[in-house]
Amino acid sequence: MTKLLEWLLGVSLIGVAWGLVTFDLLDLRLPPVYREVAWPMPVYLLVAFGCYSLATVGFRVATFNDCEDAAKELQAQIKEAKEDLRKKGLKM
Amino acid sequence: MASRKSTKKQDQGDKYSVLLPTYNERENLPLIVWLLVKYFGDSGYDYEIIVIDDGSPDGTLQVAEQLQKIYGEDKILLRPRAKKLGLGTAYIHGIQHATGNFIFIMDADLSHHPKFIPEFIDLQKEGGYDVVSGTRYSGNGGVYGWDLRRKLISRGANFITQVLLRPGASDLTGSFRLYKKEVLESLIERCVSKGYVFQMEMIVRARQLGYSIGEVPISFVDRVYGESKLGGNEIVSFGKGLLTLFATT
Repeated sequence: MTKLLEWLLGVSLIGVAWGLVTFDLLDLRLPPVYREVAWPMPVYLLVAFGCYSLATVGFRVATFNDCEDAAKELQAQIKEAKEDLRKKGLKM
Repeated sequence: MASRKSTKKQDQGDKYSVLLPTYNERENLPLIVWLLVKYFGDSGYDYEIIVIDDGSPDGTLQVAEQLQKIYGEDKILLRPRAKKLGLGTAYIHGIQHATGNFIFIMDADLSHHPKFIPEFIDLQKEGGYDVVSGTRYSGNGGVYGWDLRRKLISRGANFITQVLLRPGASDLTGSFRLYKKEVLESLIERCVSKGYVFQMEMIVRARQLGYSIGEVPISFVDRVYGESKLGGNEIVSFGKGLLTLFATT
């Protein structure tokens, strides 16, 4: 199963569950409070997911390691390498 | 082949072939080769470096020939091609000439530091992994030389990809990886994408085929010489590639 199909399956399962409760399709005579909670649920889920995404990406950008030391180490090694290679007869 | 230092685990007959596709890397090639020789020499593992130059007009091949004289024809192999033919075919071309049972893939522009190579090898031996991938996004991994915009795009693209594809690897577009030779061969056969997406497809397909993947945190120092590119075109083609993988894997 492709990821696309997995997603479609997941979304339709949630959609069916939501429809069943919101419109009481099976005639279960659910208390009205169920319906009131259920009908705006897709919007809540979207907003919650959006917030989670923004927070996660924001946090990861803010805590992205800046490898200053790695850059310095590399610069030093480049110098060393150039000298050594010149000694070994490399013409750059 | 006798190794310079007789440290611990090198007597298992493993050999590592490093594939270095180059295009106009005259400045960087001697430096990356020097670093590779240094770290492979220190760790004592058997290795070879395969330079696949795609007809660079700046004389990369001539520099590579000098390096071959310095370090020997058993260590530096030159497998040039007449013109720029793309990364996937460069790897295929390189593998055909590789005598190692493991293959390292890395960029020749010094953004991938050979000091991590022993860590890749140790982790592979420890877990018997089919693929070991360098990651900028977890543990002590990181980047140098990226501004806020670049970080944001990179993290955002990575997040969306993780959500859509759940690939089980934290760095999908990185190209510093160690593969078992036969695993790399079977992956390349199946991968059709270009550019950034190629690396992503490799790791996604690896997971799909049930190969095990280990990760080593790496520091990515953006190219010292030459331009690094991330424009609108790259982003659009990344998006297209992501959707293709989403619908087909």
